[in-house]
Formats: sequence, C-alpha cells, structure tokens
Amino acid sequence: MFRTALRNVFAHKARLLMTVLAVMLGVAFVSGTLVFADTLSHAFRNQSAKSYDDVAVAVTSYADPDNPKEEPGLSGEVLDRISAVDGVAGVYGRVEGFAGVADPDGKLIGVGWSNKGSNFAPGKDGKDTAYTFTDGSGPVKDDQIALDEESAGKGEYEVGDRVRVATNGPVKEYTLSGVFTTEDGAVNAGGSLVLFDTAVAQKQYLRPGYFEEVTVTAAPGADDARILKAVEPLLPDSAEARTGQALADEQADQIEQGLGNLKQVLLGFAGIALFVGIFLISNTFTMLVAQRTKEIALMRAVGASRRQITRSVLAEAALVGLVASAVGFALGVGLAVGLRSGMAAFDMKMPAGPLVLSATPVVAAFAVGVLITVFAAWLPGRRAAKIPPVAAMNSVHAVATTKSLVVRNSIGAAVTALGAAGIVAGASAGGDDGRMYIGGGAFFALIGVIVLIPLLSRPVIALVRPLLVGPFGVAGKLAGQNAVRNPRRTGATASALAIGLTLVTGLSVLGVTVGAAIDKMTTDNIRADYMVSMANGGDLDRSALTALEKADGVSAVSPQQDAYFRVDGEYVSASAVTPGDIEKVLTVDVVSGDAGSLARGRIAVAEKTAENRGWKPGDTVPVTFDDDEKATLTVGAVYKDSEFLSPVLVDRKIVDGHEAQPSIRQIFVKVDGGQSSANEKVLVDALGDNPAITVMDRQDIRDEFGGAINTLLNVMYGLLAMALIIAVLGVVNTLAMSVFERQQEIGMLRAIGLDRRRVKRMVRLEAVVISVFGAVVGIGLGTFLGWAIGETVAEEIPGYALVLPWDRIGIFVVLAGLVGVLAALWPARNAARLNMLNAIKTE
Amino acid sequence: MTTAPIADRSTLVAARATELSKIYGQGETQVVALDRVSIEFRQAELTAIMGPSGSGKSTLMHCVAGLDTFSSGSVRIGETELGSLKDKQLTKLRRDKIGFIFQAFNLLPTLTALENITLPMDIAGRKPDKQWVDSVIQMVGLSGRLGHRPAQLSGGQQQRVAVARALASRPEIIFGDEPTGNLDSRSGAEVLGFLRNSVRELGQTVVMVTHDPVAAAYADRVVFLADGRIVDELYGPTADSVLDRMKRFDAKGRTS
Repeated sequence: MFRTALRNVFAHKARLLMTVLAVMLGVAFVSGTLVFADTLSHAFRNQSAKSYDDVAVAVTSYADPDNPKEEPGLSGEVLDRISAVDGVAGVYGRVEGFAGVADPDGKLIGVGWSNKGSNFAPGKDGKDTAYTFTDGSGPVKDDQIALDEESAGKGEYEVGDRVRVATNGPVKEYTLSGVFTTEDGAVNAGGSLVLFDTAVAQKQYLRPGYFEEVTVTAAPGADDARILKAVEPLLPDSAEARTGQALADEQADQIEQGLGNLKQVLLGFAGIALFVGIFLISNTFTMLVAQRTKEIALMRAVGASRRQITRSVLAEAALVGLVASAVGFALGVGLAVGLRSGMAAFDMKMPAGPLVLSATPVVAAFAVGVLITVFAAWLPGRRAAKIPPVAAMNSVHAVATTKSLVVRNSIGAAVTALGAAGIVAGASAGGDDGRMYIGGGAFFALIGVIVLIPLLSRPVIALVRPLLVGPFGVAGKLAGQNAVRNPRRTGATASALAIGLTLVTGLSVLGVTVGAAIDKMTTDNIRADYMVSMANGGDLDRSALTALEKADGVSAVSPQQDAYFRVDGEYVSASAVTPGDIEKVLTVDVVSGDAGSLARGRIAVAEKTAENRGWKPGDTVPVTFDDDEKATLTVGAVYKDSEFLSPVLVDRKIVDGHEAQPSIRQIFVKVDGGQSSANEKVLVDALGDNPAITVMDRQDIRDEFGGAINTLLNVMYGLLAMALIIAVLGVVNTLAMSVFERQQEIGMLRAIGLDRRRVKRMVRLEAVVISVFGAVVGIGLGTFLGWAIGETVAEEIPGYALVLPWDRIGIFVVLAGLVGVLAALWPARNAARLNMLNAIKTE
Repeated sequence: MTTAPIADRSTLVAARATELSKIYGQGETQVVALDRVSIEFRQAELTAIMGPSGSGKSTLMHCVAGLDTFSSGSVRIGETELGSLKDKQLTKLRRDKIGFIFQAFNLLPTLTALENITLPMDIAGRKPDKQWVDSVIQMVGLSGRLGHRPAQLSGGQQQRVAVARALASRPEIIFGDEPTGNLDSRSGAEVLGFLRNSVRELGQTVVMVTHDPVAAAYADRVVFLADGRIVDELYGPTADSVLDRMKRFDAKGRTS
C-alpha cells in the first residue's frame, strides 16, 4: 500500500503543491520561532556569562536612598573592608541612574528608557574591568565623561568634544574623555551609557561616599564561594551578596523568561496559521479522493480492505507532510537568521552568537508538519474507505455525492448558539471572568460558524448574485453559481479566510474603540497646552517646575507630584498640585465643596474615595507625612473621578517641606496664545534645552496614550499575515481544483463562444465571491467578539463607547476582493488556456 | 434567416473545405490526419460523416467548426475564411454562426434547462427571440421541464436540451459529434428525428459525425472517410446501404 501512496504523491505533484506550501509555511513559522529563540537565548546566556566573567562576588544594596535616617547604600568603609578580604583582587563600587546625552542638535540619543549613567571606578591599576576603552581614557575630573562607542558614534562625538548631558537636574556640559565598549545589557539593547567620575555620579545618583553596588574580583586561584562567605558578615542588613555566577544565571533566567513569552506569542500565531492550513489540506485530499474514486473502487474490488484504503490516503498525507516539513524547517532556519539581521537593521541590537540548532525545533517541525497533514487528511481518508467496490464498474464519471447537510447544520447551529451565548454572557459579566467566558465562547462560535459556513454560503452568495450579473453578464452569473456548487469546499476555503479576519477585525474593533475612548479621555480631561515629563518616565527635578513657572507667557503651571502621606498608617495615593492652576490645566469637576479651598490648605478628594472613606467637605483627616510629622487636613472639595487626577489632591506647599526629593511625574502647562511652535520653543528654552525632558503638545499626549495601541495593532496584523497568506493559498488551491474538475464544461463554453477573457473573468469572480464571503463572515464574527471584549473593559475605561472602524472594515473587504483576484491569476490563466478539444472529448 | 425558397437554398453552400490538410508531428513520427480533403456542406442538408476510428472524421469536423487549427488548405463558413482568423475572432464566429451538439451532452449543471438553451445568446449578450425559442422548445418537447437542472433530466432529455441550445441561436450550421453516442436507441431516434425536422422544416444545416449506420440513415447524404481522405459518398441512405458500404471498406482495409 505504501508504494501506491508514493506513486500517488508523484502523480499529483502539481495538485499537492498548495498543500505543501501551506504546511511548509506553518512549519517554517514554528521552527523559525524555536530556532530564533534558542539562538537568542544562547547568545544572551553567553553575554551574561561574559559580563559577569570577572565578577567573583557582587553586592547590591537595597537601602532606601530617600530615607534620611538610614545609610543610602554601601559606604566607602565597607568597600575598604571588603578589599581586605583574603583572595580579593579588586573592589569596584558603582552607582547608576538616568543620563540623557544630547546630539549636536540637542536631541536625545537612544530611546528614553535605556539611557543610563554610571561611574567610572578605576582599580589600583587605573582601569575599570567592566569597560574597555577604544579611545581616550576614563573620566577622572568633575567635568569629564566617557561615552559608549555606539552613542558617541550617533552624536559624532570625539574625545575632547564638549557634550551636553542631562540627569534629573539641569543640563550640564562635560568634556568627553574617552569612548568605550562594554557588555552592559542596556547598551547592547540600543541604549546609551555615560560614565562620570565617581564623586560626580555619587552626588547625582545617591549621596557622596556611597555606592549602590559593589563588584569584587578575585585573585587568581581564589574561590568565589569562600570570598562570598567572608564578605557577607561585612555588609549592612540592607545589602545582599551573590557570586558572579549566580548573578549571570539569574540574568540569563530572566532573559529566558522574556524570550519564553515572545516564543509563546509567536507560536500562538504559528498555531493559527497551521489551523487555517488544515482547511486547505482537507480540501485537497477530498478532491484527490473524489478524482480517484474509480481507482479506489478497483482496489477495493481486488481485495483491499477499507482500513488499507484509509491508510493509503494517510500514508500519502504523511509523505506530503514529511516533504513539506523538511522544506519548512530549512525555511524556518532561514527565517530565524533573517529575523536576527532584521532586528539589527531596526537598531534592536542583539548579542552576537552562533546559530543554535537543537533537537527540539527539528522534532517539533516534523511532528507538527506530519501530524497536521495526517489529521487534516483523516476525514477524506475515511470517506475514501466508504467508496463501494461497485463504483469501479460505473462508466459514468462519479459525481461527488452531496450528502445532506442537515446533521452538520444542526450541530453547527447548536455549537454556534452555545458560543454566542458564552460571548454574550461574558460581555454582560465583565471583568476577567467575562473575558474567560468570551474566550471559550469565541472558540465554540468559530467552530460553529465553520461548521455552518456551507449552509451560509448559498443565501449569502445568492444575495450578491445580482451584483455579479449586472456588470459582468454571463461570466458573473456563472461565477456566482460556481461559487455555491460545492458548498463544503467553498465553506472550507472561506473558513480559512474567515478565521484570519475574525481575529484581525476583533483586534481592530477593540483597538480602535479603546483608542477612541483614550482620545476622548485626553481631550476631555486635559486643558493644558503642554505636558512636560522625563524621557525615561522618571521624576523631573524641581528646577524644571521653577523654570516653567518663570517662563514667558505661561498662564498656568501645575505638577502632578506624588504626595506621600499616611492616613491611619496607610499610604494614600495623592498628588501635590498648584492650587488655582490645576483647574486650568486639568479638568477638575467639583461635585460638592469649593475648589478654591485647595489654595486655603484644604484637600480635595475624588468621589469614590470620599464615599469609601466616608469623607465630606468639612471633615478633618489626621495624616502622617513621609518624615513622620503629623498634621490634620480638612476636606475642602469632592470631585468626579478622572484618569488624570489622583484620588486626593493637596497643595504642594503642604507636602514639599516633608519630602527630601519631590517625585514630579508630569508638569502641565497652559500658555497665552495656546499651542504654537514659538510657545513650545519658549518652554524648551526655559528648561535649558534639556534632551532628557520631553515637551508634548496635545496631539503628542494623545499619541503617547493611544499610540501604543496602534503599534500593537500593526504588530498583530503582521503576525496574522501568515494565516492570511495560507488562506490565500487555499483560495488558489480551490480554484485550481475547480478549474481542473470543470475542464469539460469550460471547453464547452469556449466551443459555444465564450472568449478567453470572459473565461478568466468567470474564474476570477468566483475567487472574489468566495474570498469576500469568507471576509464578511470573519468581519461579522470579529466585530461581535470585539464588542464583547470591549464590554468587559468598558468599566475600566471611562467614556468607553463602541466604535466600528468602518474605514478599516472597508479596507478588509476590498483586500479580500484583491486576494481573490490575486489567487485567481494562475487558475484563471489555466482555464483560459485549456485545450478545448481535449476538454470536450469524452473519455 | 434567409427567406429564399427551399429549392434555391439547397444549392447554396453553408460551409466548404478546400484541399484541407491536418498533419501532426514531423519526419518519422508524422501523422496525416486529413489529406487534402475538399468537401461542401450545402444549406438545409443533413450530412453524416462516417468512417472507422482514426479515419479523421472528428478532425474534419473540428477543423470546419473552428475548434481546431489546420495545416493547409482553406475552410469557409458562409463567406468567412477561417484560416486567417485569430482565436478571438474564431470564438466570435462559433458564438454567432455555429451550433454544437456533443456526445456527452455538455450542459452546465448549475443552469436550468432554459438557461442552458439560451446560454449562447447570453454569452453574446443578445436577447433571445422568444417566439423562436418557444417553437424550438415545443419541437423538442421540453416545455414542462424548463426549470429543471440537468441532473434532474434523463440522458435523452439532456441531449434534447443540447439540440435546443444549438438551434435556439439560429446558427448557419450545426455540428454534432456522435450526438446519439451516449443514448439508448429510442432516445437516439428522437434526437435524430428533431435534427432531421430542423433541416426539413426550418432549413437548418446540420453536419454530424457518427459511426452508427442507423443514425447515418437519417441524413440526406453520408460521406465516408478513411485514412484522412474522402473515399465515398452516398445520397438518400438507408441503414442497410450504409452498412453495406462500410462492410466493403472493412474488407478492403483487411485485404490491403
């Protein structure tokens, strides 16, 4: 039987092409993901090992630097004591924090969240083992810095140049003393690293004389574990020591976990692609079996058992799966290599390392490829076994029996109803539970719709038939009828597209709705013209606030500054603001009390908080500030909850004195004359042209909050593209099959006068009808899902209202039509080129 | 449709092949399917082309009907010379001037009987002449089954639809390729009867390829082909006379 399977595969090479392609793409996706993750994790592991290579023991302080009553870190004395330990070769104390470097145009180099500053910690030999200088030397004076090679290159800085650097305070100018390379992770990820002289860094980031971290190198032959034991008793309670090896492992594990998440997401999408592929494979084998009816009947007649027939079909599928997996795996490896260089091109630096090919991706590729193909061919295989031996004797070309769809439809309707009920129940329940219901419901609804799709195809396509006949005449009429001729096949083909579009539409509806809600929220709540914040999301220095208050033309300035005080021993989330100005820059909707009372030292409380705590205007609240001083505050006003306001507002004058370092997240500014580039420049100049501080206008603010959603959507679209490509292959496959099966008909049409152009048009229109049908089903289901999930998050997003992205939906439908046209290119050409005489000749 | 009297029409030529040759392959493997065949098909005449397998009878029909290309010679349908036509023009010619009846019926399963009958006009974008179509349908006796799809019709009924389709567009000439090949004798006789009626009563020109002497007996003229050449011709044939001739060729074939 195996020989028969083998021969069959070779006999139907061309017709199996699309199947092979579909399996191949899915397998390539899977193996590419696995190989990429393996390679990356290996490279990261190596890098972690390398960056901790010289480190025998590392000590980290967990002290709170803001607590004035405690030591903020590890003192120089501790360092001295550690260096006296037996076997210790060198001790390097480090502090680090944010440091943004300006390029010659004043713009920040690198992305905000990975701009680091640290200290140059030379050992006795004047060198710091963590950094290798390619030019110049480490900073040893107050006004010197060193820069990592990449960032120096981006700013076109050379040793001796003056470089503007901003930490949390104002911008300062330094002289570049050297350029270095390092194994530091942040730098490797595309960030920047500025090295200051130790004293400067300590003053900036901690307190003079203290370090956050100490790395210890061992003398040759000394044992790391022994040093660790000797170091531990020397440390304050708030510090912890670990060996370099332990740290490297820990870092590697963290990276592994991050990669693991990425891997899972990618594999999820690969799974969707493969699921879509199942429909294509199943269609192909159904057709092959139908075409081979006579042959199979003959084999049954000469004594092959049903089981043998099924097995022969499955063996054929396994063979196809095997070949496709092999090619897919090779393609996947190429994909992994390409992905890595692609990331490098997008400035996402990855550590170098060899390509890692472990056994897992190989096994996974072949298991996935072969199993999926065999699974998809299982039903057609069973159907093949049911062909009676007598079919061999029939001279008439066996027509595929269209079994009643009644059973199928009843099951489909029940499953769809169950799924829809789950989704609706989930939407009304809301929250995480609701989303779980929706997830389950979506699964059933999708399966149900796939089962029902053949039934849906007739009425839905009948609806559009007039549109086909009108402009396209007889070609359109025939195309419309051909599309519903084999509902199962049309259904399976459309399903593949529907699945992809369900996900795409669901995501779009959700994304656009949430985006619109956020947009509305920002427009409703922000009255300020500008929002000022740190590029790294950190705290702004108080000097920035002072500078803005003094700037020309500024009519209102208020910070959103974290205010730390406790009520009944518990910290409450509160913001310190500038009374009088806060109402001008943010919407404060007072429901009771008097907003003006903020200026008189009273506090304002958000409605929900007031309700929970039983506070009313006039009530007094005993509080304890961060420095343990106590006071009694009076509630002056209650306002409506808002995303942009903390639950408690207080005059910043009240808290400022109690906090060593105010934590200013954002400063909102309103200027005379509103937004303009001149006004923006005034603010930027007032802030000292600081590269680390961003000044956002309203549009920027909207983008800041809503932009992430668009990026996420685009990434999702990209990942779902694979599933859509396979769906397109499915359309190509179905059409090629149909053209092949209808050769005689097409020949007759050509004979009685249908020209080639219209034969092509007929095939093309059939493709468009099937594609658009799939798209419409997918868009319908996707919109439903998007609505349902939206309902569960509606409570969390004030101003939530469903927005149907008609523009995008329109684009999807048009794209589906184009997909049809594209998919029909090859089959339509084949149909038009068909040899008329062969086609009309009877066998 | 010309309105000339029948006597005149019988002398007009609907299609003509002159020195028609069709050669496959080259050199050693060369096969001559048609060897300088010259033949005329007169209007309002039913011609049967007969001959053993491989005699070139189907090839002759395909070439004259504009379905196949030929190597040399000329073919005219009415006043149109086929040799110089491109595929597009040939398609248009077939659409407007020629009707076809195939052995395997070749109906579109998705269309109803009526839609199948009017298909050539649909393709041409012409409005069918309702009166004419009705009379054709009446003639082939399909009035009650116009809404049925081919799968709901018997073989004989399907072929009657095919005959109606060929007649409905009033082509200059109808070609039939073994039109009764897939039918039982009673249904075959019916279909042949319709074809003869269309010639006698409507003045239609019909050319059919057949290997069945009974079918050939319905024709006005039988043309015998062997080895790509016309070897004999018979007017007013009967099944017996046709069979007789065939036996003669067979004997000759065996002795030579």
